[in-house]
Amino acid sequence: MLDFPRWKVIMLWALALACALSSLPTLASMAGVRWPAGLPEPKVNLGLDLAGGSHILLEADPAQVRNQRVEGMEESVRTKLHAMTPQVRVSDISNTNGAINFQVEDPSKIDAVREAMLPLTNGAGLTGKRDWTITVVDGNRFVLTPSQEGIDQAVTQAMDTAVEVVRKRIDALGTKEPTIIRSGPRRILVQVPGLQDPQALKNLLGQTAKLEFKLVDQAALPSDVAQGIAPPGDEIVPFAEGKAGAAPKIAVKRLGGIRGDELTNAQLSNNSQTNAATVTITFNSDGGAKFAKLTSLNVGKPFAIILDGKVLSAPSINEAILGGSAVISGNFTTDSANQLAISLRSGALPVDLKVVEERTVGPDLGADSIRKGMIAMGVGTLALAIFIIVTYGRFGVYAVLALALNMLMILGIMGVVGTTLTLPGIAGFVLTIGAAVDANVLINERIREERHRGRRVIQAVEVGYKEATRAIFDANITNIIAATLMFAFGSGPVKGFAVVLIIGIMTSVFTAVVMTRMWVSQWLRRARPADLNL
Amino acid sequence: MKLLKLVPDHTNIHFLKWRVPFYIISALLVFASWGLVATRGLNLGVDFVGGQMIRVTFERSADAPVGALRSEVDKLGYGEPEIQRFGNPNSISIRMKLPDGADRDPALSDKMSRTITAAVKAAHPDARIDGVDSVSGKVSKELGWDAFRALGLAALFVAGYIWLRFEWQFGIGALLSLVHDVSLTLGMFALTHLEFDLNIVAALLTLIGYSLNDTIVVYDRIRENLKKYRKMPMPELLDLSVNETLARTIVTSLSMLITLVALLIFGPAVIFGFTAAITLGIFVGTYSSIYMAAPILIWLKVSSKSFVPAEVKSDAQVARRG
Repeated sequence: MLDFPRWKVIMLWALALACALSSLPTLASMAGVRWPAGLPEPKVNLGLDLAGGSHILLEADPAQVRNQRVEGMEESVRTKLHAMTPQVRVSDISNTNGAINFQVEDPSKIDAVREAMLPLTNGAGLTGKRDWTITVVDGNRFVLTPSQEGIDQAVTQAMDTAVEVVRKRIDALGTKEPTIIRSGPRRILVQVPGLQDPQALKNLLGQTAKLEFKLVDQAALPSDVAQGIAPPGDEIVPFAEGKAGAAPKIAVKRLGGIRGDELTNAQLSNNSQTNAATVTITFNSDGGAKFAKLTSLNVGKPFAIILDGKVLSAPSINEAILGGSAVISGNFTTDSANQLAISLRSGALPVDLKVVEERTVGPDLGADSIRKGMIAMGVGTLALAIFIIVTYGRFGVYAVLALALNMLMILGIMGVVGTTLTLPGIAGFVLTIGAAVDANVLINERIREERHRGRRVIQAVEVGYKEATRAIFDANITNIIAATLMFAFGSGPVKGFAVVLIIGIMTSVFTAVVMTRMWVSQWLRRARPADLNL
Repeated sequence: MKLLKLVPDHTNIHFLKWRVPFYIISALLVFASWGLVATRGLNLGVDFVGGQMIRVTFERSADAPVGALRSEVDKLGYGEPEIQRFGNPNSISIRMKLPDGADRDPALSDKMSRTITAAVKAAHPDARIDGVDSVSGKVSKELGWDAFRALGLAALFVAGYIWLRFEWQFGIGALLSLVHDVSLTLGMFALTHLEFDLNIVAALLTLIGYSLNDTIVVYDRIRENLKKYRKMPMPELLDLSVNETLARTIVTSLSMLITLVALLIFGPAVIFGFTAAITLGIFVGTYSSIYMAAPILIWLKVSSKSFVPAEVKSDAQVARRG
């Protein structure tokens, strides 16, 4: 075992030093030294629980996606049926129990209607499954039911869009280094380091920003509207809060309105007369054309501007608006108007998002934890080093050197991999230090034992390393298994702890077994001791 | 230099002589722990029961005004707060159930945290809000289930690994000593009512890894001795193996304890429970590797034959092929 070829020595040192040197940027930042610009800077990031910041978990409701799909389908079905030649008489088109129903009056036309419906039900993507199933009941009643595959796919698409929208909105707030990731099939995790008051962020993310323009049904009886009874083809929409003196609800035509999602811009503006905050929106060419059509066909009639299911205002259309832009007034403050402008610019969220988990950590607690963690680590390491050296002498010194190298390597690898140090991660670090010497203890005790059995020095060292390595290997594998499960099932800070453990287990085997073996054999070859003080 | 020797060179302690009484004590402790968890219950944090936790430090007070806070928060009409000290005497956490309907409208829980922090700050100008955690009922159920699953899988996987590397009896021994270690740690949490949150689950998982270290070292030596001393009776062989590894067991456990005690005394208050769990686990793990994991092998009838026949068979196969 004394035979350590030069290339092996160089390789081991190169690996150890490369990892250890990568810890310099992290150490520099801890000591408050500025890292020279231009050099690579693999630094360990601090988790939210140490740096302070906000962690927000948002969840979408798939039922909402389903409802939206059914509503959209109802419009398509109506349009399709109207466009059929020769004309088909259809009655009772309705949307009940999440499915679309209608009755074909002439039973001989059923096949023609089915033929017309088929293109609408084709699934997107490669699943080969239809998004809708068509059934005919009682001879002439069509029922179109959305399939689970179609809904799942719609939810996935909606979530992909939602992540993009959330990203745009957070970027618009100007926050630093936010993390925005999909978490499971219908959740989005947002982490913003350093953000202390997440209220503005939550307001922004809580606003779906679905803008609609719908015609007011002037024929609806006010008494019905007040009771929430919608005339056929209408829906009752409440006014947004704070509109004094107006009726609290209004009846609008369910179909035939347009959506405000075809925009190129939305800006905060001011009403020159009242000085109230307003939002000016600019349509793209498609949206502009639809808006022009809606307004020119309905001059003199009132229409409602609806945001997320609440009426902002219901002005009368004085003249056709052909310029492609419109001003939205409501009961806005400058802040809320600005927020709406950001939300509209970033596009509407395809689904409402609700906050299901929220954690905010102040900066002082984190700073305090880091300081105390450092002290604990310093005291613990020092006490441990003394204990190991008085127990194992020269072999103890090697173990402590390995330990120091191990600590630098962990920091270095964490920086290169880009992991985050969390509060439990600090504990993991300290624990790794305590556990790492176990390998050296096993080896040194075994060498002691083999000497007592009368083996000669070199042989004892050789057998000691060989026999101890088996148990070290098995013990570390079980630790890796536990840490991997922690990583798989843990959340945020716990994941950070698992990463530190896994890195620490690997580096500690390297330093405590491989590096000390090299040092010990180099010393044995140089000094040729007749006996070991062990 | 004269080196420190905590354990004399040739110890010959008859650990196994006391295995029956120790087994009875261990079994009683495990049942007592389960009893405590069932009757006294764990002090589950918002991670697992849902709700809101606000952490406050009173920067210019030696002691947090717990009584005053309780009535101040109670007055706000959100129900009775649960107020606990953690770490320093001037740091507390206020735990609240989420208001009715918060699952549908998260704005309600926002309003509650803002109302409470405003009231606390108004009454105590030196209050520093260190953090607000809000976890909905749904998420907390999932977190609880994930934690349970992770613990169960970890125990099964490591036991399975030991079965693969040794023999099935060793796998069962490892699993039993894991159940013992985790039960006793849970018992401690039920007894002390330290808060049980996600970090503690991480501590239990760490414990599963590290408490097995001792078991593996002892098992490794038992296997070696089984091959070396074919005729030695099992209890004697187990005693020999435990004695041979005793110095290592003591030095390693002390090394871990040195760093853990440093962390307990000087470390961040927020992870006190976490460190306490691991510290207790190291103690219990060392004990269980000697008194649970080793003696069980006698009852499961492990002997030199458990390892030898496998080798004979493989020799025979080699011979046939040749």
